[in-house]
Amino acid sequence: MTVAVDFKNVDIVFGSDQAGSLALIDGGATRAEILEKTGNVLGCAGASLTVHEGEISVLMGLSGSGKSTLLRAVNRLNVVSRGQVLVKDGDNIVDVVTCDQATLRRLRQKQVAMVFQQFGLLPWRTVEENVGLGLELAGVPEQERKERVKKQLELVHLDQWSKKYAHELSGGMQQRVGLARAFATEAPILLMDEPFSALDPLIRTKLQDELLQLQAELKKTIIFVSHDLEEALKIGTHITIMEGGRIVQTGAPEDIVLKPANDYVRDFIANVNPLSVLTAWNVMRDSRDLEHGDNGWVWLDRRKTTRFKIDDHGLVAAAERDGKPAVWVSCADVEAQPEETAQVFWANPGTSLKTVMLAMHRSQTAPVALFDDQSRFVGAIGIRDVLSAVLRR
Amino acid sequence: MDPISKFMVDHKIPIGAWGKAFFGFLTDNFDTVFRAFSNGLNFLLDGLVDILLVVPPVLLALIVAIIAWLLQRSRPLAIGVFLGLIFIINQNLWKQTVQTLVLVVAAATMAMAIGVPLGIWAAHKPKVYRIMLPVLDLMQTLPTFVYLIPVLTLFGLGNAPGLIVTIIFVIPTAVRLTHLGVVSVPKSIIEAGEAFGATKQQLLWKVELPSALPTIMAGLTQSIMLSLSMVVFAALIGAGGLGTEINRALGSRRIDLGLEAGLAIVVLAIVLDRMTRIGVGGKK
Repeated sequence: MTVAVDFKNVDIVFGSDQAGSLALIDGGATRAEILEKTGNVLGCAGASLTVHEGEISVLMGLSGSGKSTLLRAVNRLNVVSRGQVLVKDGDNIVDVVTCDQATLRRLRQKQVAMVFQQFGLLPWRTVEENVGLGLELAGVPEQERKERVKKQLELVHLDQWSKKYAHELSGGMQQRVGLARAFATEAPILLMDEPFSALDPLIRTKLQDELLQLQAELKKTIIFVSHDLEEALKIGTHITIMEGGRIVQTGAPEDIVLKPANDYVRDFIANVNPLSVLTAWNVMRDSRDLEHGDNGWVWLDRRKTTRFKIDDHGLVAAAERDGKPAVWVSCADVEAQPEETAQVFWANPGTSLKTVMLAMHRSQTAPVALFDDQSRFVGAIGIRDVLSAVLRR
Repeated sequence: MDPISKFMVDHKIPIGAWGKAFFGFLTDNFDTVFRAFSNGLNFLLDGLVDILLVVPPVLLALIVAIIAWLLQRSRPLAIGVFLGLIFIINQNLWKQTVQTLVLVVAAATMAMAIGVPLGIWAAHKPKVYRIMLPVLDLMQTLPTFVYLIPVLTLFGLGNAPGLIVTIIFVIPTAVRLTHLGVVSVPKSIIEAGEAFGATKQQLLWKVELPSALPTIMAGLTQSIMLSLSMVVFAALIGAGGLGTEINRALGSRRIDLGLEAGLAIVVLAIVLDRMTRIGVGGKK
């Protein structure tokens, strides 16, 4: 995978005593200590993070945790005090911290686009003039500009509104204009600074869905700042949690939920519904950890109610439940199956925990087997595995 | 007098003498330059007045009304402007009104031409604004009569010194309102411009100035109003127009003449104010 943005030991300090603050950072001082000793505000310290092409990397944290500060280092809206921010520029890699003004402008015009929390639309311009702003600044000829703007407005379903002024639109529509403006430059990297936080919940959910749809098509690299963990878990392929200017944990959404690095992260995820994040893969016991009997029989659960006979290819040859032969059925059909006792459900690694639980419910708490893409048996989920995942014990 | 006060008075700082010496130095060494400048300016202003007076008054009133309509697209306004100017013609003050109009428009234009760039500069450089601020305060609060005297010695009598004192009086307003407009541009839209790769020039012309335009236009309206109020004083050093009539009325205690000329100034003020309200509460 190609790296799109690479933060390397980024320190950002706001204030005049840069050297003094950096020395304090090296000594591991907290934000409060630095403020007291130098009067400077610590934006972020020692932040290292790699974002690959096509990812949606979410920066999470409470307000003041430094997430926006780090995001705005990518297009140098915030000046980095020390460290590197490497951004992919075609076949080259550019260090935004040290590049000259002309390179920075080219990056901002062609490589990195931004969406703002307060939309940042120009109120005296119509919707289409706003969407064309980036192209206009980059000197794209008017004819080409109009065509590209029209295409973007269709993409976000605003083509009927192109002649209206920005302030005549609702908040949700204004942010669609903001999205279209960012997409219009065709920049491969998109910075989104709490883009949906100013919107009401229904519109927020709708725009999140639209963003995911557009992303499936456009495959941008998105760095997304949010203070809402539900939002982060929904749209992020990776999540980075920040506290007091420092990165606390980086990982896939389910890693954050299952293995919180410290109490700060634990507090964050306390109110998250694990059912919306976890998959069968996250909770299963590997087949090697299960109890193996004679002739290829494997017990799926600790209570020894259900067992599979696995052949040499790893495929299931026979199943038994409570000592009687049973059939094995896909979780995908769980709703359609008649409720018989003698059936065992199986799931794929990507099946949601919710579906697995439904399957258990329908089969009188029988364990659920896990098959890989080639239908080979890889593990099983017992009721205790589910309970411990949900209760995080 | 107590000894401390006496001591202080005896050691008076000779500010007045210094100022006098400074202006004396200017008149002694650069008199021809100032006079040439003054003569050139007088020639331009008088020429413009003469050209406007060649046009039949009613026709000129009609032209101004049409300009009003073109600027504001409002029929009641155009009719009002026309009726107002007809009233002035009726009062036999047309020539003086044209002289005043030329002076006011020239002063406001010059004040904006100097004040807007200064205001933008001050908005971009807070240090410059901190230095500029006391100078602006001085220009606005120093009694007008005080700087009529040196201007008179440097430029002589006529329209030109009148124009210059008016410009000095009006520039601070143009600077202040431009500064206010530019510093009040929301940070979010400046960042949007920067994030999409605007140069400093593009940021100024495509983001800052359009956003500050309503405030700058309010500055123009204010400049015109202040110029009008200054014109009466300018008449004291020989600027022609309605101010001369008012001064004459004051000197000879002619209530009738004062009332007529005063009303003509009010009419002119209303006409100019309504015509220049572009982007201020008008169309949004």
